[in-house]
Amino acid sequence: MAEKVMVKGTEAIGEAAIRAGCRLYFGYPITPQSELTEYMSRRMPQVDGVFLQAESEVAAVNMLYGAASTGHRVMTSTSSPGYSLMQEGVSYIAGAELPVVFVNVVRGGPGLGDIQPAQSDYFQATKGGGHGDYRLVVYGPESLQEAVELTAKAFDVADKYRNPALILADGMLGQMMEPVEFPEFRDLSTLPDHSSWAMQGAKGREPHKITSFDINEYVLEQMNLRYQEKYKKIIENEQMWEEYKTDDADIIIVAYGTMGRIAKTIVNMAREKGVKAGLFRPITLWPYPYEALAKLADQAKLFFTVEMSMGQMVEDVKLAVNGKKTVEFYGRTGGVVPTPNEVLAKLMELI
Amino acid sequence: MSYKIKFKGPESLSGKEFTYCPGCHHGIVHRLVAEVIDELGIREKTLMVAPVGCSVFAYEFFDVDGTVAPHGRAPAVATGMKRAMPENVVFTYQGDGDLAAIGTAEILHAANRGEKITTIFINNAIYGMTGGQMAPTTLLGMKTTTSPYGRSAENEGYPLHMAELLSNLPGVAYLARTKVNKPQDVLKTKKMIKKAFLAQIEGKGFGMVEVLSTCPTNWGIPPVEANKWLEENMVPEYPLGVYVDKVGDEK
Amino acid sequence: MEYKNKVEIDQERCKGCGLCIDACPTGTLGFSEGFNAKGYHPAAVVNPEKCIGCGFCYQMCPDVCITVSTLEKAKA
Repeated sequence: MAEKVMVKGTEAIGEAAIRAGCRLYFGYPITPQSELTEYMSRRMPQVDGVFLQAESEVAAVNMLYGAASTGHRVMTSTSSPGYSLMQEGVSYIAGAELPVVFVNVVRGGPGLGDIQPAQSDYFQATKGGGHGDYRLVVYGPESLQEAVELTAKAFDVADKYRNPALILADGMLGQMMEPVEFPEFRDLSTLPDHSSWAMQGAKGREPHKITSFDINEYVLEQMNLRYQEKYKKIIENEQMWEEYKTDDADIIIVAYGTMGRIAKTIVNMAREKGVKAGLFRPITLWPYPYEALAKLADQAKLFFTVEMSMGQMVEDVKLAVNGKKTVEFYGRTGGVVPTPNEVLAKLMELI
Repeated sequence: MSYKIKFKGPESLSGKEFTYCPGCHHGIVHRLVAEVIDELGIREKTLMVAPVGCSVFAYEFFDVDGTVAPHGRAPAVATGMKRAMPENVVFTYQGDGDLAAIGTAEILHAANRGEKITTIFINNAIYGMTGGQMAPTTLLGMKTTTSPYGRSAENEGYPLHMAELLSNLPGVAYLARTKVNKPQDVLKTKKMIKKAFLAQIEGKGFGMVEVLSTCPTNWGIPPVEANKWLEENMVPEYPLGVYVDKVGDEK
Repeated sequence: MEYKNKVEIDQERCKGCGLCIDACPTGTLGFSEGFNAKGYHPAAVVNPEKCIGCGFCYQMCPDVCITVSTLEKAKA
C-alpha cells in the first residue's frame, strides 16, 4: 500500500496525470489553476515529458489537437474564461475523435467573474460548450483522492473511446490540501497502441487523415451518427455515482463535486433533526446517471438539488425524476459556497 | 532511341484532382512542396496541417499523414505535433486570411519559439473560399466584396507585411517572399521551399516561404492577365527576396 | 512522327487556364477546339515540332497535367 502524501488539489491532478502516462502538457496560466501549470513545468522535464506554455488558451487547445493526433496522452488545465476560449478547439477535438484530457477548475462567472470556487460551468461542460453535436465525458470529483483516481480514469476512457474527457473541478478542490494516495507510475509500454489511426508518418501504409470535416452533408451525417453510436456505448458503460444514506431516505439531496461533499454533512445534520435525508452524488456529469437517480423517485418524497450556481444540474435532476416528485433547488453563485447551516435551513423550510 | 521523362508530377501528391479554380497558384505551390518532399525523401515521416480557406482540402492532395486545423491555428497544431514527434517533419499550409488575420498570434509565437516546423504562406490579397472579401494583405484601393469602394488606409489600415514582421524574430531560421507567376520564379520558389524544410530538418528553427499568388476568380481577372496584375501591383507592395537564411547553401 | 521533345497534357484534368500556353516560348501549345468533361477547352499540343523540352509549361501548370519527355539514345 502506497504512502499517503499531503498535496494541493491542482498538484494532485498533475501528478496523477503523469502517473497515468501523460507526457505532453500545453497550458496557459489562469487563477485558480496556475499551480497545476507550474507543477507540470517542474515535473515534465523530470520524466522526459514536454511542457509548453502557450501564448493563449486558443493556442494551447490546438497544441493538444496536434499532439493528440499523433496518438500520445495529452492534457491541459484551465479555469472558466480560459475554458470558454478553448471551446472552438474542444469541438474540433471531439469531431476529430481525439483522446484529450481537460481540467476546468471552475471559478465564478459569467465574464471575468472572480477567482472563487463555482459550479456555473455545468451547462458548458455537459451540454456542449462549442458548436455541433458532441459530448465530453465529464467527471466531478468531490475530494483529492477521487480527483487522482478520476484523472487516471479520464485518460483510459478518452483512449478507449477516442473522445475527449473533462475533469470538472472547482477552486475549492484546486486550492485545498489533503492526504492522497497516488497509484504507481504507468508503464508507458502498456499504453494503448494508436498506430492504426494516429499521424505518425505514412511509412508502409496509406496516409492517415484526421479531420472533423466533410463537405458532403450525407457523409457528415454519417460521421455524426458514428459519434452517437460511441456516445451510446459511453452512456451504457461509464456512468458513475455515489449514494449516501439513501436506503431509507425520503428526502434526496442531489449535489456533485465540492457541493456533494458538503452535502454529506447536511444529510447527517438533517438526520440529527429526525429528517430521513440521503445524498445522490453524480460522479460522471456526462453521461448523467439518470436511471439510477430515477429509481429513487419511487421512495423519495422530495428531491433537493444544491449547487454552487443558480441552477444548472437541477435540469438533469428534473429530467431523471420526470415529474414523479417535486424537485426543489438551492444555490449560491458568483463564488459563494453555501454553508451546511443555510442549506439545512432551506431544507427544513421545504418540509 | 526512346523517350525519357524530364518533367512529371511528384510522388508525394496523392493524385486527387485539385479543387482550385483555373489558373490559381495554389496548385503550382502544392506541386513544388511535393517535389521538395520527394527530393528530401521525407514523405514517410511528413505530417501536414491544412488550414481553413480554399486550401482546406490540401490534406487530401498530399500523400502524407494530414489534418485540418481550426482557422488560423495551424502553427499551434503543428507545434503540438512536432513536440510529440520531434523526428517527424511537420508543415503548415496557410492562406493570408488564415495566417495574417485570425491566426496572427499563432504564427508569430510559433516563429518566435523557433518551432521546428515549416510554413507555406499563400498571399493572394483576398479571401478566396468565402467569396472575395478583404484580407489583411489586400492592397490599398483594391476592391473586394467587403471593401467595395476600395481599401482605404483610414478605415481598414495598411496591407500587412508578414515576412517583414516575422523577420525580426530570432527563432526564424529561414524566411523568404517569392512569386510563381513566371517559370523562372517557380524554380526559384522551389529552392526556397526546400530551404524552409531544411531549416526544420537541420534543427535550426522555424522556416517560412510567403508566395505572392493570384486569385483570378475573386480578382475578376483571367489567369494570364492575373499573372501580370500580380507583377505590376503586388510586387511593388511586397518586396521579394530572402529575409532570413540560417540554412546556408546546399553542399 | 517522332520529335526530339514531347509534351503530354492530361486533357481531362486540365482546366484550360492557359498559363502553360502563355509560358511556352515557342508556340508549341494552344487551346483545344473541343471541350473536356469539366466543360473546359483544355490546353493541347498544336505545334509538336516546336517543343524544345524546356518544361516551362510543366512549371506553370497549376493542375499537374503536364509531362515532358525527351528522346535519348538507349545506353549500350
